[in-house]
Amino acid sequence: MLSDMNPADVSGDYREYTLDLFGVGPRRVLVTDEEVPYPDGRLIVSRTDTEGIITHVNRSFVEMSGYTEDELIGAPHSILRHPDMPRAAFADLWRTVQAGEIWQGYVKNLRKDGAYYWVKATVIPNVRRGRIVGYTSVRRKPERRKVEECIALYARMVAEEGR
Amino acid sequence: MSYVFTVSPDFSPDYLAGWFVFNTWLQRVSGLRFHLELMDHFPALRQAIEADRIDLIYANPHDAATLVREKGFVALVKPGDGADEAVIAVSADSPFQRIEDLEPGSRIATTGDPDVHLVGMILLEPAGLNRENVTLHRCDSYVLVAKCLFRGESDAGIFLARAFDELSRPVQDRLRVLVRSDIQVIHHYLMAGPRLADWVADLRDALIAMGDDAKTAEILKGLGVSRWEAVDEEEVEFMIDLMDTLSYSPA
Ligand SMILES: Cc1cc2nc3c(=O)[nH]c(=O)nc-3n(C[C@H](O)[C@H](O)[C@H](O)COP(=O)(O)O)c2cc1C
Repeated sequence: MLSDMNPADVSGDYREYTLDLFGVGPRRVLVTDEEVPYPDGRLIVSRTDTEGIITHVNRSFVEMSGYTEDELIGAPHSILRHPDMPRAAFADLWRTVQAGEIWQGYVKNLRKDGAYYWVKATVIPNVRRGRIVGYTSVRRKPERRKVEECIALYARMVAEEGR
Repeated sequence: MSYVFTVSPDFSPDYLAGWFVFNTWLQRVSGLRFHLELMDHFPALRQAIEADRIDLIYANPHDAATLVREKGFVALVKPGDGADEAVIAVSADSPFQRIEDLEPGSRIATTGDPDVHLVGMILLEPAGLNRENVTLHRCDSYVLVAKCLFRGESDAGIFLARAFDELSRPVQDRLRVLVRSDIQVIHHYLMAGPRLADWVADLRDALIAMGDDAKTAEILKGLGVSRWEAVDEEEVEFMIDLMDTLSYSPA
């Protein structure tokens, strides 16, 4: 399960949003304007089951998300969902990987402390003996120019989604 | 029956004799006949894999996908010396202070080691560099990558981190590291093909026991390996998925 974000975890001024998450329902998130730079040389890796529940995270994932490994394992991956991300991006992600294909895109993620970080993510279905048994996402440091493009693009998409 | 054993062509020439000694030991301990056949380059290796000529291979992570998913290989062991990581370095007097200072059109010195090159290109990506907008200088060794940087023929070089750390002091002093990968899961694996299926358990046991005995430990030293570690199937599958995400580039 996924609880609301806690003001005690957040540093500085924050805004409040309520997300409507698949399989979770409403979740209150607290968002600040602080960006945490992507750590050089690292890959941030997680795996989920076929429903998007986190089954594995690497050390870089834990460090960047601000959550403990215990908080992450068993949680839906939307624990990192940032309100600035358009719904259409994740719809495209799920459609692609459920079809057995690889999805790649830029994602703004929300940390436990309300700050955010940008990643270039590649999500791949884990095919074992011909069946999809889960998904792996591998994130790397994005090119800044691409991030700037996505900031503008996602703002337009969110506006079109009427949020 | 004789089996074909090969070592991925990215092995260091320092260990050439060591692989022959290892092969002799392997035949004695297993009672199987292995012919050690070394390929000059990756295209020759890929051809041999494609033609199902290989039975045992010390495989580069880049080839693991084909071996496991198309050719039915299983991983026996991996070296216990840490993962394959990459370093991006420049000449010590280079104006570039961080990866993002590099620009499209940069000249990059690299080697034919497919996994190191792949990770190196990922490390260059934050600068907007990709295989379409850089000039690659393929070198035969990491020492030559370093020379390429000293001579100003390349702007940055891609090194296997372990090889970089083994460069002599004076050489390292003339270089500066911009970034070092910390990925931790990309490994070479010693892998056995389908014709060895009945021997997998025995081979694995013998290999893992090598570290326990002074004489066999010496053989391992000749390969630059401290000991062999057990692996499970899912660990290798995980690495293959990860390599696939790194190799992916949309059309
Ligand atoms: C392997 C994998 C990794 C994912 N990683 C993220 C992530 O880092 N951040 C994120 O917001 N959503 C991620 N998602 C998508 C979420 O599952 C979810 O679709 C998204 O957060 C939007 O929430 P919603 O589907 O409930 O609307 C990932 C999905 C998969 C399958």
